[in-house]
Amino acid sequence: MTSLINQTAAALAGLLADGSVSSVDVTRAHLDHIDAVEPDVHAFLHVARDAALATAARVDARRAAGEKLGPLAGVPIAIKDVLATHDMPTTSGSKILEGWIPPYDATVVRRIRDADLIPLGKTNMDEFAMGSSTEHSAYGPTHNPWDLNRIPGGSGGGSAAAVAAFEAPLALGSDTGGSIRQPAAVTGSVGVKPTYGGVSRYGAIALASSLDQVGPVTRTVLDAALLHDVIGGHDPLDSTSLTDAWPSMTAAAQAGLADGALKGVRIGVIKELNGAGFQAGVKQRFEETLALLSAAGAIVSEVSAPNFEYAVSAYYLILPAEASSNLARFDSVRFGIRVNPEDGPLTSERVMAATRDAGFGDEVKRRIILGTYALSAGYYDAYYGSAQKVRTLIQRDFAAAFDKVDLLVSPTAPTTAFKFGEKTEDPMAMYLNDITTIPANLAGIPGMSLPMGLAPEDGLPVGLQVMAPARADARLYTFGAAVEQLLEAHWGHTLLSQAPALANIEMFATEGGAV
Amino acid sequence: MSEITAEQVAHLANLARIDLSSAEIDRLTVELGQIVDSVARVAEVATPDVPATSHPMPLTNVFRDDVVVPSLTVDQALSGAPDRAGDKFRVPAILDEE
Repeated sequence: MTSLINQTAAALAGLLADGSVSSVDVTRAHLDHIDAVEPDVHAFLHVARDAALATAARVDARRAAGEKLGPLAGVPIAIKDVLATHDMPTTSGSKILEGWIPPYDATVVRRIRDADLIPLGKTNMDEFAMGSSTEHSAYGPTHNPWDLNRIPGGSGGGSAAAVAAFEAPLALGSDTGGSIRQPAAVTGSVGVKPTYGGVSRYGAIALASSLDQVGPVTRTVLDAALLHDVIGGHDPLDSTSLTDAWPSMTAAAQAGLADGALKGVRIGVIKELNGAGFQAGVKQRFEETLALLSAAGAIVSEVSAPNFEYAVSAYYLILPAEASSNLARFDSVRFGIRVNPEDGPLTSERVMAATRDAGFGDEVKRRIILGTYALSAGYYDAYYGSAQKVRTLIQRDFAAAFDKVDLLVSPTAPTTAFKFGEKTEDPMAMYLNDITTIPANLAGIPGMSLPMGLAPEDGLPVGLQVMAPARADARLYTFGAAVEQLLEAHWGHTLLSQAPALANIEMFATEGGAV
Repeated sequence: MSEITAEQVAHLANLARIDLSSAEIDRLTVELGQIVDSVARVAEVATPDVPATSHPMPLTNVFRDDVVVPSLTVDQALSGAPDRAGDKFRVPAILDEE
């Protein structure tokens, strides 16, 4: 029996459009399931139950009145807490913004509302998106639906866990060094980091402005494409927004389902992202996927990106430098909490310092101090200046690779989901976990993660990362949809259908109604 | 090798306006030293002939038409402030006693 919560967004959109179900039914089924599994998963920081049902009822009424609605109208969606929402608290996972309700919506939030999607709530994340596990959230970690003792990835672990645990068919994420793709990999879901500038950053609480990009978090490639089409495109409120006329990502994904879509596609395997330090089961599933691609007519070859070995180092100079500047806005004056020092005079400067000590977590302090160091006089050229040069070298590596191939592939993450606490005591170990995803952010190119199986040794999801040249996001969707179809035909099922049942799922699946 | 000292971290914390405890400073001194030693590798390939990239998709002269559009009301702008005085943000003293 299939319940409403197990449907893809595309399938729900079809059922809503032909009147088989109402948006209120779909929304209530997800809210009930959220109530059932949140004690275990903790994907959400805020659930907007009443507002979601009211919005759904309005969409149903407009549809009943014969109004022509968008393709995802009435479909529920979860929103990463990094995105400003005028009617829900927005904390970016930090105590310093506890309870803050922004006076405006992020552009992507505005666009999903205009397209009549139903916001369910705000999802958990590492504080200010700094982390790969959600363990740095000030509100406690999110648990991986595949194994509640393991991390759901980060920083967008809440959004990935929400879709993987069937709490929402769609979610929004943000990806600065892998925060959409790595959580997708470790939860068996799909995540896309668009081309830098392809999706507006207006109203996304900035981490590192030259790296941040908002994108879709879903269970299928087609669903990601449908959501990309809603949120993408030029926004005059974001000065880094590209003015390109983008093709339909939905049409691109549908093209991938055609026979022979993989024939003759040139796939490059990045030598530097396929070696030591990768878990055996990750390598095994990657090799098997490459073999399937070859058998389907793709031309697989190895390419080298020699400067990728410097990517993590460059990233952990550029990101803290930009973050230390962006987070200066938390000054205890305009928004967020204010904490007075325990003694001494109450000057603005001392109140600001006491507020930031109380409001920021350890990882945020670590990166602000590191960024302040990297930007300080006498060190700027050696650190930040050199890191910017590495960025050029990495762009050149990508350019050389894309001269030879259409797409690049690697495992999305070196390992499957690790256990809580495994890397929190060693910041560099946590940082090195991002080696596979960081290069795309440094170069601004689009990247996708989709499931490519379960590692035999632990039964946990493994992700395939696909990267395309800047502005070629549509190519990712065509290829991604083709690979997804190929793998699911090979397995005989979707990957997420293999996830263990969470408490009370059966009861609520029945209440949600069969279709 | 970087030689990060506790005094340096305390100075950085002051620049960054974070009132770190001495225990936090001691821990960050060790961690920062390890991280800086690791990331300093960027200098190995950052030769003078390589130009710096600050932005992945460079755009220049991004303008919009000079027309008035709706913006936040005063109440909206002040809605998240920890303290306000009428239509203004209220802040602690800017200068200390000296």
